[in-house]
Amino acid sequence: MTPSRTAFAAILAKDLRSELRTLQSLPAMALFAVTTFVVFRFGLDRTSLSGSLASGVLWATLLFAALLGINRLFVSEREEGGFDAIRLAPIDRTVLFAAKASALVVYLAALELVTVPIFAIFFLEDAAGLGPLVAVLLLTDLGLAATGTLISSMAVNSRARDLLVPLVLLPLSIPLMIAATGATEPLLSLGGPSYDRFGTWLMVLGLYDLIFGLVGYAVFDFLLED
Amino acid sequence: MPPAQEKAGPAISVAGLRRDYGDRPALDGVDLELAPGNSLVVLGPNGAGKTTLLRILATLLRPSGGDVSVLGCSLPDEAWKLRGRIGYLGHEPLLYRDLSGRENLRFGARLYGIERGAAEARIEELLRAVGMERRADERVAELSAGMRQRISIARCVLHEPELLLLDEPDSNLDAEGRELARALIGPAAGRTRVVVTHDPERHEAEADQVLRLGIGERAVVS
Repeated sequence: MTPSRTAFAAILAKDLRSELRTLQSLPAMALFAVTTFVVFRFGLDRTSLSGSLASGVLWATLLFAALLGINRLFVSEREEGGFDAIRLAPIDRTVLFAAKASALVVYLAALELVTVPIFAIFFLEDAAGLGPLVAVLLLTDLGLAATGTLISSMAVNSRARDLLVPLVLLPLSIPLMIAATGATEPLLSLGGPSYDRFGTWLMVLGLYDLIFGLVGYAVFDFLLED
Repeated sequence: MPPAQEKAGPAISVAGLRRDYGDRPALDGVDLELAPGNSLVVLGPNGAGKTTLLRILATLLRPSGGDVSVLGCSLPDEAWKLRGRIGYLGHEPLLYRDLSGRENLRFGARLYGIERGAAEARIEELLRAVGMERRADERVAELSAGMRQRISIARCVLHEPELLLLDEPDSNLDAEGRELARALIGPAAGRTRVVVTHDPERHEAEADQVLRLGIGERAVVS
């Protein structure tokens, strides 16, 4: 059997190379996020946001932008026979789950690298909360990647893929979004960041990541069966 | 039968194989046995279950009933032991369109755990063998169907499989491509082969056994 580390690196490198070459997911995700910020800026008629409103605008935008990437995560595998190629190889199939989830974390991190500074320029008077926000972004990305990879792999063989992913993923991501917005709210409050219940929300995010990471590890092999 | 061969057993042994898609049986009661190093040609009209049989042998589909053993591994329970010992050439080339032919082969080599130096040498050798060394760095999306098939044949034998499962291996190939492919996946390559084809004249002559599948009829081995 091929070592899992080798197979993981091969699949992840293949996905990132394909994305860099074709730019099928990231530009769409970033454009969606920036457009949504513009709509919020003019729709709310506010030049600055803070607390729960800022947190809500940020996470609603990032969640829906993430859906665009999640929808396309397994498209090359389905349309180009990659599922068969990977199923024929002497590898632990959960490596595919880990590699796809990692690719999604990279996409989300790249998305946030571009859009969070734009969010700060559009809406924040004080950028001091952005430092600790990195931990929230990272933990939320891990949770979104675990659930997104799981749901995307289930939906990819369905003709209603574009409908199925949000239909299943959005309800599943509610606990994640509650914790993410809860952790973000005090960081973006007026007068600078506070850390009220910040640690508790981070633990909730970590627990969500752990649960869905383990669920993905446990069921992914069965999802690949024809 | 010589004792060594008897000990090795058949490369493929199938008894009462059934596969249903919902209520519709795609395969019903297939029996066959193929000795190591032999070639089996599978014939039949569209919808007779030829591709289904090949995908079951490749561990890509679970049988609905019957006993299947490939290279001494019972399917589906021991499928994990079998992967890596099979070369599968399906209807789809199993190549990523946004990668070049060479990148696709490198990806395959890494999945099969071939060490980097050995993989590069093997990839060069195979690209020459299928006549694709000059176009190997072009994206697969830019290649013709015949060129994709050549790269796909190289992918199929990259890891030196013991058993070749070939679904219409000549499709999209020109005369030169067919000759080049023959050296890699033909009977002279010395591997056990199962070939699904609509071109019996070409392949039947090379076959040790022929399996005829019919729609709603019992499979016949000759």
